Amino acid sequence: MSFAWAKQYEPQTAFTKWIDEKLPLPRLVYNAVGAGYPVPRNLNYMWNFGVLAGFFLVVQIVTGVVLAMHYAANAQVAFGTVEHIMRNVNYGWMLRYAHANGASFFFIVIYLHIFRGLFYSSYKAPREMIWLLGVVIFLLMMATAFMGYVLPWGQMSFWGAQVITGLFSALPLIGEPLQVWLLGGFAPDNAALNRFFSLHFLLPFVIAGVVILHIWALHIPGSSNPTGVEVKQESDTVPFHPYYTSKDGFGLGVVLILFTTIVFFLPNVLGHPDNYIEANPLSTPAHIVPEWYFLPFYAILRAFTGDLALFGITFVPAKLLGVIAMFASILVWFILPWLDKSPVRSGHYRPLFRKFFWFGLIPTMIVLTICGGAPAEEPYVILSQVATAYYFMHFLVILPIISQIEVPKPLPFSITEAVIGSDKPGTTSGGGKVDPEGVVQDLPGSSPDGSLQPAE
Amino acid sequence: MTIRLGGIIVGLAITAILVLWSLVPGFINFAFGPPAEKQASYAFYEHGDGPEGGFTFDGALGTWDVAQLQRGYQVYKEVCSACHSLKFVAFRNLQQLGYTEAEVDAEAASWTVPGIDPNTGETTTRPGEPTDYFPMPFANNIAAAAANNNAIPPDLSLMTKARGDGSNYVYDLLTGYGEADPELAAKVGFETPPGLYFNKHFPNVNIAMAPPLVIDGQVSYADGTEATIPQMSKDVAAFLTWTAEPSLVQRKQTGWFVIGFLIFATALAFLSYKQIWAGMKPKKK
Amino acid sequence: MASDTAAISDTGTEDGVRRRDWIHIAALSTAGVGAASVLIPLITQMAPSADVLAASTTEVDVSAIQPGQGIKAVFRKQPLFVKRLTPEEIAAATAEDAADMRDPQTLAERTKEGHEDILVTMGVCTHLGCVPLGAAEGENKGEFGGYFCPCHGSHYDVAGRIRKGPAPLNLLVPEYEFTSDAVIRVG
Repeated sequence: MSFAWAKQYEPQTAFTKWIDEKLPLPRLVYNAVGAGYPVPRNLNYMWNFGVLAGFFLVVQIVTGVVLAMHYAANAQVAFGTVEHIMRNVNYGWMLRYAHANGASFFFIVIYLHIFRGLFYSSYKAPREMIWLLGVVIFLLMMATAFMGYVLPWGQMSFWGAQVITGLFSALPLIGEPLQVWLLGGFAPDNAALNRFFSLHFLLPFVIAGVVILHIWALHIPGSSNPTGVEVKQESDTVPFHPYYTSKDGFGLGVVLILFTTIVFFLPNVLGHPDNYIEANPLSTPAHIVPEWYFLPFYAILRAFTGDLALFGITFVPAKLLGVIAMFASILVWFILPWLDKSPVRSGHYRPLFRKFFWFGLIPTMIVLTICGGAPAEEPYVILSQVATAYYFMHFLVILPIISQIEVPKPLPFSITEAVIGSDKPGTTSGGGKVDPEGVVQDLPGSSPDGSLQPAE
Repeated sequence: MTIRLGGIIVGLAITAILVLWSLVPGFINFAFGPPAEKQASYAFYEHGDGPEGGFTFDGALGTWDVAQLQRGYQVYKEVCSACHSLKFVAFRNLQQLGYTEAEVDAEAASWTVPGIDPNTGETTTRPGEPTDYFPMPFANNIAAAAANNNAIPPDLSLMTKARGDGSNYVYDLLTGYGEADPELAAKVGFETPPGLYFNKHFPNVNIAMAPPLVIDGQVSYADGTEATIPQMSKDVAAFLTWTAEPSLVQRKQTGWFVIGFLIFATALAFLSYKQIWAGMKPKKK
Repeated sequence: MASDTAAISDTGTEDGVRRRDWIHIAALSTAGVGAASVLIPLITQMAPSADVLAASTTEVDVSAIQPGQGIKAVFRKQPLFVKRLTPEEIAAATAEDAADMRDPQTLAERTKEGHEDILVTMGVCTHLGCVPLGAAEGENKGEFGGYFCPCHGSHYDVAGRIRKGPAPLNLLVPEYEFTSDAVIRVG
């Protein structure tokens, strides 16, 4: 699926012609990330993070496969094999630090990607499926990252495994047996470590599979853009290659500079010192915290301190409330496309939405991250409760209401107009001359009732 | 519409539960309840800042001071090793401290490691070889606890990475022994429990480890450096930084090279990107 | 505004073309060099690690070995054969020193001076790495009374020299020395 003016792949040599007939893989690549994929010409740097997320997935798979050649998933030796990697294996320290910090960078990039989507409402029709698959990828990433953190079998690994599987014990009736089943024992040990290793190796490939679906779904309507106005004509787009390959190449260089600075100069700054102490089932560290990328959700988990009780009867214990809220905080993203019904996508043209995004949601996420890493004492508990309340209010109450009452700012007629201030045939350039028929073509993604068309 | 209505109802319900059952009781307790009690010991804790002048390996350009590492090794060998193991470090690694192969052989042989009699198969001891790892001072954790008033001396291989700001922490801990201010102690009813020792840089100020470095000159340095307690503490902290991360200096040096290359490559990528977009990015305003 | 953008053209002059190409080629080649250097750690991590490379030694007490007997020890995770030859075996092996062999070596070259009766070899067939028989009592010693590799039928004589079968070389004599009359240190 693509626009009518998308360039067609034309094999030049006899060999590429032969390949194209037998297995049109070059054609697939050409249409996916090559000159055959027309992309809105006005994407800003926030649109770099999809490609960067894909890059870090590859970094994690490559370094992970290599580390698995030296690691042993056995509670007796796991900690020692990690030290073996750090001390004896050629470049082992570099590979392990790249893998450990690669996970953090994967999450940094993914969070920017998600919040880009939230600000520009990239989840709206016709792109709901891309968003849903993205949430699935995020959930898989969280599971993978959690299990990976258990593997070094340090103190935080052990107690993280204990606490996170303990979440499931909050469920009524099936909770306790479920936790024992997950761990294959009554506390984390060999059985848990081995299954976590197996799944930690498997899930990245599942993620890669869902990423392919995510990109496939993206190519049906085509990329969104900062104005939120759908592509109308050829002058609205440029071919992905070389325009966005070069831009992504530059973005990748910048992120790699940051990444290598962390890997080579501050490799443990995002980790926790306690994980350099071998797991000890008899002693809990003074202050258990998850990895930084889980902190907002950890804060939501801990925000519920009181049982839901009336007249002395407990209906839902606080522990279960916290677990439900934590899972709900991500699951709410699954219904997001149907909660926000504003016909305008981009936050730039939504004055009310924009205020709640910058002064509501973003500070809330920052407060939750800080509270998640802080000890469970005042004022952090009250702060995290206020922030948690706002988090749910934002998605479930505020978004539906403002999408009803907001008066959006006038949208540009087209992307071309947004970029160069005018959209008269003959004044455009780049993508080529405007094809008169292209302008009026019924584009993929424009809904039949026109509800998503810009206010003209 | 139903989804939005349902969402609003669920959102208000979650908020109501959170506010009425968690936030309000918590706030009332915080505002009107008794203030949270702090352990008396926290009145005595002081955060240390590490040795004066820092370490030679600090910062992005820092490198090892090989002579200092050798002195630190001597302190470990003569003092710490009585109770603390160094199980992830092998004698062969000492070559990194500037010892020659022959010196490493001799150093290894000066340690006694567990062995097996090749004829009878019985456990025995033998002099160490470069491939051996530093021996454990106690046969197992139970023996270690029994010999140390129930506290197990931790392995030191990774100590400076297992504590926040670890190199400074080790230095501060070793120089933090002393007496609690008696006036303040009497006021808050603080007393160091028997069998523990007061250390103002230990998180709960009562540490099970007896002061290991007690007098100046406890170790006689071969290079003539005066072995004051701060000097020995600093040297052994440097040595333990090396045991925790032998690749530290190599890592930073590789880092400079990699980052330099990346800056060059990114600059080229930027020029290439600008060149490609030169015809596409009109001046907008 | 429109007039600014209308002036966009693909290439200005010939110079522009060359300069533009040069930047893209430089950027792409630099990226290529970077990608290639990433392969260095990825490939060398599979080479033996520092603990494997660290030279290890094995000490063997040979005093208890009776003439005609052999023992198996372990050196660098591989079997090591130590055998005390009988005077007859020494005589036979010396007599055959000049025989037609695939890998000619004399017994004297394969033992230490003053200890011609102690033969130390790796227990690794030079064909494809099986452990030959003949070190222990009652094992098949092959047609030449030394070692016999059952995998592909290589026959070694009493001095561990290849005499028949597919193996290309004699059983390897590792580096070793006598630390005393009774003890050898291998490696």
